[in-house]
Amino acid sequence: MIQDKKAHMFGMVIDLDKCTGCGSCTVSCMAENNIPFKEDESNKKDSLTWMRVYKVSNGKSFPDTQTAYLPRPCQHCGGKGDHGHSPCVTVCPATATDYGYDTGIVSQIYTRCFGCRYCMAACPYHARYFNWWDPVWPEGMEKYLSPNVSPRMRGVVEKCSFCYHRYQLAREQAYYNETDEIAEDAYQTACTTACPAGAIIFGDLNNPSHKIHQIVKPDPHPDPLNHDVVRKSRNPKVFRLLERLGTNPKVYYMSEREWIRKLGDSYLNGEWEKVKNHYGSASHD
Amino acid sequence: MDAALIPEGAKRCSFPKFMLGIAIVGAVLLWGVYAMLLCWFKGLNQTNMNDYYGFALWIWADLAVIAVGGGAFFTGLLKYIFKVDELKNIINFAVIIGFICYSSALLILAIDIGQPLRGWFIFWHANVHSMLTEVAFCLSAYFAVLTIEFIPNVLENRQLNKVPFFHHLAHNMHGVMAIFAATGAFLSFFHQGSLGGVAGVLYGRPFAVREGLLIWPWTFFLFTWSAAAFGPCFTLLVTRITEAVTGKKLVKDNVVHLLAKISGWMIFTYIIAKIIDTIYWATVTAPSLGFELSHFYTGNSFYGYWILITEVIICGLIPGLLLINKSTRENPTLRLVAIILGVIGVSLNRWVMVLQVMAVPVMPFDTWALYIPSWQEVATTILPVAYGIILIAVTYRYLPVFPQERELNQSKAQES
Repeated sequence: MIQDKKAHMFGMVIDLDKCTGCGSCTVSCMAENNIPFKEDESNKKDSLTWMRVYKVSNGKSFPDTQTAYLPRPCQHCGGKGDHGHSPCVTVCPATATDYGYDTGIVSQIYTRCFGCRYCMAACPYHARYFNWWDPVWPEGMEKYLSPNVSPRMRGVVEKCSFCYHRYQLAREQAYYNETDEIAEDAYQTACTTACPAGAIIFGDLNNPSHKIHQIVKPDPHPDPLNHDVVRKSRNPKVFRLLERLGTNPKVYYMSEREWIRKLGDSYLNGEWEKVKNHYGSASHD
Repeated sequence: MDAALIPEGAKRCSFPKFMLGIAIVGAVLLWGVYAMLLCWFKGLNQTNMNDYYGFALWIWADLAVIAVGGGAFFTGLLKYIFKVDELKNIINFAVIIGFICYSSALLILAIDIGQPLRGWFIFWHANVHSMLTEVAFCLSAYFAVLTIEFIPNVLENRQLNKVPFFHHLAHNMHGVMAIFAATGAFLSFFHQGSLGGVAGVLYGRPFAVREGLLIWPWTFFLFTWSAAAFGPCFTLLVTRITEAVTGKKLVKDNVVHLLAKISGWMIFTYIIAKIIDTIYWATVTAPSLGFELSHFYTGNSFYGYWILITEVIICGLIPGLLLINKSTRENPTLRLVAIILGVIGVSLNRWVMVLQVMAVPVMPFDTWALYIPSWQEVATTILPVAYGIILIAVTYRYLPVFPQERELNQSKAQES
């Protein structure tokens, strides 16, 4: 039996300066996780896109226009104070979504979900999707479905799982190898491996040897400006979406461009200038 | 044809006329049932809900009927616990309206969930941290209480009452009704509150989230308060409609004035609390999350400041003032205006706390999401209205719902 010395905290950092918006992450995610699709996918408000790529702009007119692409998987929030009380987990009336304290991953138990959609109302990232239709694949394509991921039935909610089945396979492999370490490259999500630009980095935020830890430099202490916020990045180029709400996502974003970093959260007039150079609690650098 | 079932001394329309009315409303009901079956067998793709609008028309209808059905628990509390004896003349009807509202709410929930056959998971796999779990438990328990409160009235039917067992059962149930009224008030406090908590705990949604007391956001208390305040308005409104349809006076003015006065003071105090809550949220809570008030009311084609003003001032403060002022309260037209505004106001509040919450963009690069319900959603929302009309018609015809009816219409009966 594997005895992990310290709980993992799997997370992701996405380099928005590298992302070209090609959509490989979305496609690989759909293939990996047996995500069905509609004949007409033009209405994005009711299609299943665990990894959705948003196109964002600096809002300026030509010639100063800049655009970027922002891939958005489930943010696997740790909730206020990072205690595991994610916005969606706390509200689910049937305990059909759960927070893994050993991984930091927010799971979805499809066979227990009865489709009330309260979790979707709770998620400010729109990362949760409802199966409005029966899952159907074009004839023959069902043979390509992954045996490691259960397809979901109509009437339940689903979302990105950080390819949890890959974590299970990595654990099995580690057990077979009689080691208690899961190597960084042994567990990588489908989107990470598919990104041709290498914009997505995945790993254990709690493991200092992992690349994500070195990039994010997560501050283990609460943000002195907002005690609900924990694990704020101490890298000036790294930010999280809607950090001020205290959701404590495990998906970080990185950009050299200030307008993109500002787009990660809402600010009152003049507020951004005051907070833009605050990266975690300086006393713990 | 059915004269033997009609309460003694009461005058009712002919049976064919009654059945014609039932058939017309029944056709609407069947339309709703058809839409309901479509949703159950084909799935929620029959609706215009989407991943932005996981909660939509049905959840609004659910919250609205529970709010206006609050007249049952509050009138029961006043009658049985605070011993406001005059209300015995309207309590039966308040209970029937409550029964209709709560059974409708349960039906709507059964249509709304994606896997109706798994509905029981909410009890079996209950997450005690979820406001919806509290809603499910208290709602079901309170519906059972309402059924118990309704039974004695059913047993008072002229034929059923001839059976000694039913007669004594009804009599004894009346005797212990205070216990059920107290239980109902307790349960209602929690489920009305937890319905408010459903929105208030959404800390990922700055439009909905509120600070609060211990585990309960302020919306918890505001929802309970508003249901107690506006619920009696709905009871009075349905009584007035029933009087208009039957062409009879059914409840004495002093009873109506009393309930209207209590409702008025409840609305007035509620609206002060609501205004304080709104100001605190707009100036402290939302700005602390990076949002200005204008973010929630501009930049889209529907949700403007008008909705806030309509809810709080036009349909909150004004009906409150109209009902606490004796001269306006005792003026039938102004009282009717006040109770209609009140019912609209509380329904609008529930709309805002469900649909506007979904509509407001939270991520800075996201956009407003507006929604128009499908006909299946509209039909299934009208379904409980048709069911309510039929149940009121049947109970009015065959049960002694209004104790003052005979006295108030005696001279009329003698004349005819």
